[in-house]
Amino acid sequence: MVGILEDKDRIFTNIYGLQDRGLEGAKKRGTWNGTADILKQTPEWICEQIKNSGLRGRGGGGFGTGLKWTFMPKQESERPHYLVINADESEPGACKDREILRNDAHLLVEGALIASYAIRAHTAYIYIRGEYVYERERLEAAIKEAYEARLIGKGNVHGWDFDLHVTHGGGAYICGDETALMESLEGKKGQPRLKPPFPAGAGIYGCPTTINNVESISVVGTILRRGADWFAGFGRPNNTGTKLMAGSGHLNRPCVVEETMGIPMRTLIEDHFGGVRGGWGNLKAVIPGGASTPMITREQAETALMDFDHLREYKSMLGTATMIVFDNDADLVKGIARISYFFKHESCGQCTPCREGTGWMWRVMERMASGEAEMREIDLLLDVASQVEGHTICGLGDAAAWPIQGLFRHFRHEVEDRINAYRAARGVYAGAAIAAE
Amino acid sequence: MAVRRLAADQPESFAFSAETLKQAQWWIAKYPQGRQQSAVIPILWLVQKQEGWVCEPAIRAVAQMLGMPVIRVLEVATFYTMFMLEPVGSKALVQVCGTTPCMLRGSGELIAVCERRIGQRDHLSKDGQFYWQEVECMGACSNAPMAAINDYYYEDLTPEVFEGLLDDFAAGTRPEPGSAVERVNSAPEGGAQVLTDPKLYDGSKAKKIKIPNLPEPA
Repeated sequence: MVGILEDKDRIFTNIYGLQDRGLEGAKKRGTWNGTADILKQTPEWICEQIKNSGLRGRGGGGFGTGLKWTFMPKQESERPHYLVINADESEPGACKDREILRNDAHLLVEGALIASYAIRAHTAYIYIRGEYVYERERLEAAIKEAYEARLIGKGNVHGWDFDLHVTHGGGAYICGDETALMESLEGKKGQPRLKPPFPAGAGIYGCPTTINNVESISVVGTILRRGADWFAGFGRPNNTGTKLMAGSGHLNRPCVVEETMGIPMRTLIEDHFGGVRGGWGNLKAVIPGGASTPMITREQAETALMDFDHLREYKSMLGTATMIVFDNDADLVKGIARISYFFKHESCGQCTPCREGTGWMWRVMERMASGEAEMREIDLLLDVASQVEGHTICGLGDAAAWPIQGLFRHFRHEVEDRINAYRAARGVYAGAAIAAE
Repeated sequence: MAVRRLAADQPESFAFSAETLKQAQWWIAKYPQGRQQSAVIPILWLVQKQEGWVCEPAIRAVAQMLGMPVIRVLEVATFYTMFMLEPVGSKALVQVCGTTPCMLRGSGELIAVCERRIGQRDHLSKDGQFYWQEVECMGACSNAPMAAINDYYYEDLTPEVFEGLLDDFAAGTRPEPGSAVERVNSAPEGGAQVLTDPKLYDGSKAKKIKIPNLPEPA
């Protein structure tokens, strides 16, 4: 067998799109089975089950999904409740929600209905990133099928009036932040809002709103069908369940796969991703869960488990469990400089530390990559990174600082060697070459 | 942040096509009464599909349609990088992902192809047929390197395959999107190693089940 998770325990049974994506095919694979019985229970029962399953938000935050739902008002008022599903998957490395959206969308539609009922919402929006044009077409087709079969909509067979709409963004990473997403959904620039008020109090259109990741919502139906204890049986305490994981970078066979939480990183890489290019010994570093998570070294990757708490011990994070692998031939510093450019490009410009800091850090990182920096600038860069971190409205400032901190935590000597080599080759130091933008 | 400005040369006027208007109404109907502003991004996108890019008269027209101040629509059009603010190639808009996962797998070579065949980035080619740009992560990292050409994803590219695609677009055909190597979607090259159990697909999962952990009937 490959990996740890057995086929019989997989939630996403059509993740590669090899089977029928339509409603009939989805039903045959168990989607929509028993949904009516689930919706006969109380919203409290559903929240309790999801809490018992230990499901933590799959978008990278890792906040308890069931707990989040209980923050919603217990009674509907004149302000309607909304569920918003975050399909703005834009973090470099992350490519897992895309597979649900285009190949297993009925799991998402079913989950949206159940989650909406649990938070007493009659309307849900799926905010999909604008670039996913094909994925949006597939998702719209799945929703249309569900409407036609009266599984959702007004007067549907489940007895809970429910409208599900797809809306899309315009290519802004920042809209993956829940408050920026709400701004964007309201037709504004995607600039994050201050919290409080929290979305459960005042979200889109000033109404109580819950925002969940695509994967968090898509697993809900199967968890309730098979039981919270079934889901909680995978992984380690506080890090339970199965999770979509993805590999990119210097792997022999990069792919997306569902595995149990807490699978050893090495097993995941060698069993599912065909191993590191040139063998395990050729591995240099791994960014475990999307570009913002700090990298870990090969020694750490030997023992790291793919779950929220274990990667914390390595001062990194699980994020979306979508790793980027660097082998020994990779130019790590350049790779991180490119990530810095990404964050510079995607900063919304609202908070000064991030707007100015991301560009500044990128320019210095480019000079580090070429070696054309001064030695004292390393400490200066780390100092600036720590001043951007935690001083912005949303997490983008943190996300821009962490990869740089991760690089210098493990590979500071490489940057120092590069600076020395550059100087030795030139004889004289040439000074900063990249002009401020 | 990306600094984005409207093009210097703007057309005199803009008119919605009947199809765009129909689709715009469909989008507006998705949002609650009085919240039609929510449709601004999808409608600007429809405008771009109609014209190839978003011009200044179109921004005014969208503002009027949605009852928004023009500046608010202008803000949206310049904030979101998917909106092209100048004319793009008549045959293809080529967007090569250059972020780290694609960079590690050779997006630099794709960019070199673009520079050689199309010319300077973010500029219309001399013959007006192509326009290319380097974009940030497109979310297809397991299929790196990739490029989106006229909205659809072409994945697992090599410079040779990529050149062939550009030839096809130059000839006016639309090659099938997807992976250029022997793999289906994001399954590993050489075939999926999981999801091989036939019991998942024989219909047994659709048999009536009893939901577990139900509360005891009172």
